[in-house]
Amino acid sequence: METLMDKCCDKCQHSPTTPCRDYVRCRKNGPICHQDENCSRLRQELLARVYMKPEAGMKYILICSGTGCISSGSPSLVKAFEEELAKNNLQGQVAIRITGCHGFCEQGPIVIIEPEKVFYRRVARDDAAEIVSMHLVQGQLVERLLYVDPVTGQAAKTYEDIPFYAHQQRLVLQKCGHTCPEDIQDYIAHDGYLALTKALFEMTPQQVVDEVKTSGLRGRGGAGFPTGVKWQGALNAKADKKYVICNADEGDPGAFMDRSVLEGDPHAVLEGMIICGYATGSDEGYIYVRAEYPLAIHRLKIAIAQAEQYGLLGENILNSGFNFRIKIKAGAGAFVCGEGTALMQSIEGNRGMPRYKVGRSTEKGLWDKPTTLNNVETFANVPLIIRHGGSWFASIGTEKSTGTKIFSITGKVNNTGLVEVPMGVTMRQIIFDVGGGIRDGRAFKALQIGGPSGGCLREEHLDIPVEYDSLIPLGAMMGSGGLVIMDDTTCMVDVARFFLNFTQAESCGKCTPCREGTKRMLEILNRICEGHGVPEDIEVLEKLSKVIINTSLCGLGQSAPNPVLTTLRYFRDEYEAHIYHKRCPASVCQALLVYTINQEKCTGCGACARACPAGAITGEKKQPHTIDLEKCIKCGSCLTRCKFDAVVKQ
Amino acid sequence: MANVTLTINGQQVTVPAGSTILQAAEKLNIFIPTLCYEPILTRPASCRICVVEVKGSKNLVPACAALARDGMVVETDTPEVIEARRTIIDLLLANHPMDCLTCGRNGDCRLQDYAFMYGVRESSFSGEKHNYPLEDDNPFYIRDMNKCILCGKCVRVCAEIQGNSVIDFTYRGFNTKIAAFMDVPMSQSECVFCGNCVAYCPTGALQEKYLRSHARTWEVQKVTTVCPYCGTGCTLDLNVKNGKVVGVTSTDGEVNGKALCVKGRFGFGFIHHPDRLQQPLIKKDGRLVESTWDEAIQLIATRLGEVKAQYGADAIGFLTSARCTNEENYLLSKLARAVIGTNNIDHCARL
Amino acid sequence: MSCQCGHQDEAAKREALEKVFAHYRGTKGALIPLLQEAQEIYGYLPGEVMRRIAAELKIPYSKVFGVATFYAQFHLKPRGRNVIRVCQGTACHVRGGAAIYKQVRESLALPAGEDTTADLRFTLETVACIGACGLAPVLSVNDDTYGRLVPEQINDILKNYA
Repeated sequence: METLMDKCCDKCQHSPTTPCRDYVRCRKNGPICHQDENCSRLRQELLARVYMKPEAGMKYILICSGTGCISSGSPSLVKAFEEELAKNNLQGQVAIRITGCHGFCEQGPIVIIEPEKVFYRRVARDDAAEIVSMHLVQGQLVERLLYVDPVTGQAAKTYEDIPFYAHQQRLVLQKCGHTCPEDIQDYIAHDGYLALTKALFEMTPQQVVDEVKTSGLRGRGGAGFPTGVKWQGALNAKADKKYVICNADEGDPGAFMDRSVLEGDPHAVLEGMIICGYATGSDEGYIYVRAEYPLAIHRLKIAIAQAEQYGLLGENILNSGFNFRIKIKAGAGAFVCGEGTALMQSIEGNRGMPRYKVGRSTEKGLWDKPTTLNNVETFANVPLIIRHGGSWFASIGTEKSTGTKIFSITGKVNNTGLVEVPMGVTMRQIIFDVGGGIRDGRAFKALQIGGPSGGCLREEHLDIPVEYDSLIPLGAMMGSGGLVIMDDTTCMVDVARFFLNFTQAESCGKCTPCREGTKRMLEILNRICEGHGVPEDIEVLEKLSKVIINTSLCGLGQSAPNPVLTTLRYFRDEYEAHIYHKRCPASVCQALLVYTINQEKCTGCGACARACPAGAITGEKKQPHTIDLEKCIKCGSCLTRCKFDAVVKQ
Repeated sequence: MANVTLTINGQQVTVPAGSTILQAAEKLNIFIPTLCYEPILTRPASCRICVVEVKGSKNLVPACAALARDGMVVETDTPEVIEARRTIIDLLLANHPMDCLTCGRNGDCRLQDYAFMYGVRESSFSGEKHNYPLEDDNPFYIRDMNKCILCGKCVRVCAEIQGNSVIDFTYRGFNTKIAAFMDVPMSQSECVFCGNCVAYCPTGALQEKYLRSHARTWEVQKVTTVCPYCGTGCTLDLNVKNGKVVGVTSTDGEVNGKALCVKGRFGFGFIHHPDRLQQPLIKKDGRLVESTWDEAIQLIATRLGEVKAQYGADAIGFLTSARCTNEENYLLSKLARAVIGTNNIDHCARL
Repeated sequence: MSCQCGHQDEAAKREALEKVFAHYRGTKGALIPLLQEAQEIYGYLPGEVMRRIAAELKIPYSKVFGVATFYAQFHLKPRGRNVIRVCQGTACHVRGGAAIYKQVRESLALPAGEDTTADLRFTLETVACIGACGLAPVLSVNDDTYGRLVPEQINDILKNYA
């Protein structure tokens, strides 16, 4: 018995062709069909190792292999640690495990030593020797690689001591970063596929749907449609064929929670989809993943192959008579394909242009068949709900927004990354407790929530609980969970322009208001940022926004003006400063900047003058220099070259 | 089929279930503008000019595609609806050459009609406009993609009526363009130049080349007739200016709808061609000499009689033309079988 | 000699494409996977290849072209051996992604409107978000990602790619 997935002795006959309904439970708590102390002992020993329990007598080096840590160099660590372990003859006592994303990507590459939960950050190849000799051989912490809290200045010994993690409630992300996403036994050991077993043998499809309804789970992709209601629609639909689709076309700039779940815990998504197939009477599922997520696709392929290998996917799953297959469809680069009807068009091989829907997709979806479309995070919640019950799930979060939500927090906060918190916590808790507050001690100015469909909010909104319905009246939305934090160096007109630039570029071009309207809005915003705004612009933006929201064909167009409308609502003074005074209060909009040299601080070293491509800076040697504003092209070269902080940008 | 009853602008109307709001409004003679909608084609609901207010709906809904439902309350001309339509026209004009004065479709343009109707004199936006080269390298029609509003009727006509699918939407977003494979001019594409796309185009993006450069829309008199090219019997409109046919447009024919083929739509040059035979010619002394119909028919009758007398009826064969009507073909068959007495009669369509 | 090689190369590509056709025969919605695999083989989507895909799937040429021009992933022109993608995501934007992009253009001496160097060594693209926001600003060359960038690093990074 090499892995948990193997049989303990010849009594076990399970295979995809001769499936046994007790397979999953047996692998976790077996043997079930016979009593044998040796078989039980073997299995418990394997489990202890998978769980990295102290009694297994092993130590484990967990190396993060999410996209973030890989790009900061984690693949080279695997080899380095292997070499160091070999040098110290530790191979039998220390095991290396590749894990999914910890969510704290900016601290990457992240290495965790289990079972003591020590968290090392920014680990370089050369650090492997020290970690092995100091920590694993001598039992001493490598202090310099520990995480130091930027607020308290305290070093955190274990990851549980890190505020970023301490304030989270990780349910969907529970296994991400601790189990190996490329090994199904890790998933099985952590109660994987038990929910599927329960659904298949203890529940009718209607009972599964009822449990999801009880849980109050709502779509995590942004729209927040009740998942149970959707599934009921698909279950009720009469058709010879039904489909399940997992929307993994995560496209909001700044959001990567779906990618992390797919990379870190792919089986949870598969299990959720299989359960959905059982509940709605479908035998075929598609996962539509962005092509920009090669690692997620790679890990999904491995996970699907493993699930098929052990009879958890395919014909007659666990001898239940239920068949289900999952295919991967790689997107081809179109944000609009995150929209349900466009996504289905894309799977069918068409241009990803949304369709005007007369009915619901659960009646007429992919190839005109009833289709249940849910997001990655939604599916990943399903096994938890089936295992622990809908009421348990509903007890987390708020009355109308149950469970947890993963946010991707970026921008000017101390801790950026993926965080999972119960619905209903306030923005303040997310930004200041989990996020560790604003970077460099600057002042909080705004937050943008919900990606290009969402809006910008300000200080007074920080104590509003984050849930589906609380943000709508403010002009924002939770969306898929993108959260960008801005400080006083961020220009809100520029932010609005950034998001509009994105939606305009991603408009499919089908309907007039989105195709032509976002273009004109962007042109107006560009003008304002370049100092050519006119007073009427604000009114035109507002009127145009209203029509685009009111008449666009799909959700992309209907929400595209939100970033503009919310910034106009909460940061109107910045628009006015740009238009009336030709000033950018945050000193961001290049055309409106004025560079000057502080005569007190300038030493006359001449570095700025040499750097200036426009020859706008003059001055005697060792005498304070000046900038000719007529000649200045506002490139900022002088600012970056000055060693004395003498160049001032306003 | 069940009926549904709804209220539009305060008036009740009952229509079969499955009808659209637009169809219900038509029944009440309530006008709703449309650009991408065409009854015989699929409905993309993309131009959004037909939006109306439906009570209880968060946003405006497209009347051309939204189904009428029982108890629905619809308003078609609230200030919000008018504002939306005006903005959409404004946006379309912002990306449209304002050369109506010289445009061949002046007076025969939906966009122009609606701009007039909703009082949009000019676009209130300034900014980038498309600047595609004019495509006029084929003899039949010109394509000016700068005037295209992307309603997509041409794409659907080509696929759904003509069955050729030569053109499709290409590129994306603001750069979306209707084009053939590899974005080549139509002269290098698989286009058969039936011109049915031209017949459905609501603006000046597609124009009959000769017609639109030789007559203003109000100068022509339309004479509805049947196409002479084949026995299908398509209805078409000869566009006559100063007693001369300057072009062919299609109306809603019983046989063909608005569809024609390249010959029917563009092959009218023979009508006023100087080489066209207007008198019978008889070869005398090796030269073709103008004659009268009486003389010509007399000659034919005499010679046929001689051939029949000398060699028998089966020495004679008749070949009729696809350009004849059914009745003419029938008469020729009678002539062959009853008068001459031979079964040697055939038709060019079989060759 | 080189001509001969070219032919063999072309034949191998055709064979690879035929294998892809065989693999997807009978699969619904195969157009986008076929375009993806064809681009994998040819590096871009030549017109002739698109024609063959249309013929294989019995769909109009115009539809293949419409789909190929809709999705950002597809390229109708030959591409550089190395593809640089500069992230334009929110985090990168906030932390100076534009300066990185500008520097790459300058380092490659790309004329306005061009995104591939004349020697086909590099193609420069922007990407909405690589998803490595914690490392902003970020760019990737082929499968390698570089984070926490400043413009001065660009030339050294580009040196690594022939």
